[in-house]
Amino acid sequence: MNVKENIKTITIDKPLKLDCGKTINNFPLAYETYGSLNEDKNNAILVFHALTGDQFVTGVNPVTNKDGWWSYAVGPGKSIDTEKYFVICANVIGGCMGSFGPSHQNPETKKIYGTDFPVITINDMVNAQVNLLDHFDIKKLFSVVGGSMGGMQVLQFVSNYPDKTKTAVPIACTSSHSAQNIAFNELGRQAIAADHKWQDGEYSSKNTIPDKGLAVARMAAHITYLSKKGLQEKFGRKLQERDDLKFGFDADFQIESYLRYQGSVFVDRFDANSYLYITRAMDYFDLVKQNNGNLSNAFKNTKAKFFIISFTSDWLYPTQENKDIVIALNAIGANVGFVEIKSDKGHDSFLLDVPDFLKALKNFLDKSFLEK
Amino acid sequence: MKPEFKIISDLINKNSQVLDVGCGDGILMEFLIKEKKVNIRGIEISKSKVQNCIAKGLTIIEGNAEDDLKQFPNKSFDYVILSQTLQAFLNPEKVINELLRIGKQAIVTIPNFGYWKIGLHLLLKGTMPVTKTLPDEWYNTANIHLCTIKDFVNFSKTKNFKLSKSIALKSDQQSFITNFNLNIKNLSSNLGIFLIES
Repeated sequence: MNVKENIKTITIDKPLKLDCGKTINNFPLAYETYGSLNEDKNNAILVFHALTGDQFVTGVNPVTNKDGWWSYAVGPGKSIDTEKYFVICANVIGGCMGSFGPSHQNPETKKIYGTDFPVITINDMVNAQVNLLDHFDIKKLFSVVGGSMGGMQVLQFVSNYPDKTKTAVPIACTSSHSAQNIAFNELGRQAIAADHKWQDGEYSSKNTIPDKGLAVARMAAHITYLSKKGLQEKFGRKLQERDDLKFGFDADFQIESYLRYQGSVFVDRFDANSYLYITRAMDYFDLVKQNNGNLSNAFKNTKAKFFIISFTSDWLYPTQENKDIVIALNAIGANVGFVEIKSDKGHDSFLLDVPDFLKALKNFLDKSFLEK
Repeated sequence: MKPEFKIISDLINKNSQVLDVGCGDGILMEFLIKEKKVNIRGIEISKSKVQNCIAKGLTIIEGNAEDDLKQFPNKSFDYVILSQTLQAFLNPEKVINELLRIGKQAIVTIPNFGYWKIGLHLLLKGTMPVTKTLPDEWYNTANIHLCTIKDFVNFSKTKNFKLSKSIALKSDQQSFITNFNLNIKNLSSNLGIFLIES
């Protein structure tokens, strides 16, 4: 996947020292904006996307021609109201929607990076994106908002730049990737590596893609985004366009067909090496360890107002892990609100039409915007 | 607005740090912000009430006072308020201790089970009293540890916490509770309001 047309990009010339020790410079960061920046430049919200998201938060994604990943939450009159706020979202570095990533060409070797791309972290992603504030001449954001890996970036952003946002909304996330989280990511990576077309990451020079491996990775991950109850209610044991079992290995069940479809559409829009790099960044995320075992230290210099949201049926980043962040913030007297939203839609709840969630997010932002 | 809210507000200094435990729809929180410019947080267990508080722009943490107070450091608030919920806890003593650990002072209000109308109801009707402050039937009430004003005063003596101010409320008339009028106030009031220090 090469850099696409119609993608807005800034080139970051300031050298960025990555956690892995390497330094990158003159690298592209792709972004999109919605709404307009007001005169006081105090209405900007930086949205961080999750593992497979991109900068096209809402409206029609010009590359996939599908709705943006957070269309339920972001838009005119919505929770993140683009008539009120200036929404900025960047494709994370390591990604495949225009920002510097493994599908880019290494200027020294003239070859596609592949697995020669440096391993990046959530910290690196955030340190790249903060350059957007200078680009738009914004001194302080109104909010940083994100779910899942986006929530991790919210936490890291506030920790790194305590004065650069008025509010922070980490949603359905964690301060440290658990063994279970790492295990599922490793499953995905191994599925990609097991596809012979992956070719140690050099598939693009051989004009192929590890589509089967990437699809399996997506299928496995997709299950973790849903709840057992949600799956049971939506699919149960319903059969796929047949009256009876076929005693074979075609997709007899609707759930099989659904997962296969999810896998197949994913490979059209996502780069396998990016999947490796971004899942690795999530696995390396440990804000507790970064702060010598005390998560509170991550936030001790910020006056930002936090609002933390979890979902009852999210077993990937369960309520307790979100609550640990609340506890760390309360331990230092930070301004923090917390709500657990009742939903059967699992981890994916934050992306879906969950009215209680959308209402809470809107109310928090709109009320906080009026505060001095 | 409950008549006790004005009394609670009078007990609180301006610009102080306050935690309202079991803050419900946040009516007291809003009142204290307006009257006393306090920096106030709420804890509430009901999801729908938490939503109402968020809609009012209040800082609220969904949670249960019995489990979730332990996250706050010692003396992190000037006042911790517990309005008419002490009787609903499994272990009221533990909750009072937590209030006094995280707050420099605590304000606790209790529906007074010693109120004469309640006694009369039980005496004449022979059924568990149902009143304005205790509106539920015995089988569905959350109030598992009801007590009287006198019980609470005795409790404070046994457990060695200091009642800096004890106020009795009858409808909207308030008066101080002293050692001398304790029996009278115990009969004539429907609510007790206590400012407590450890």
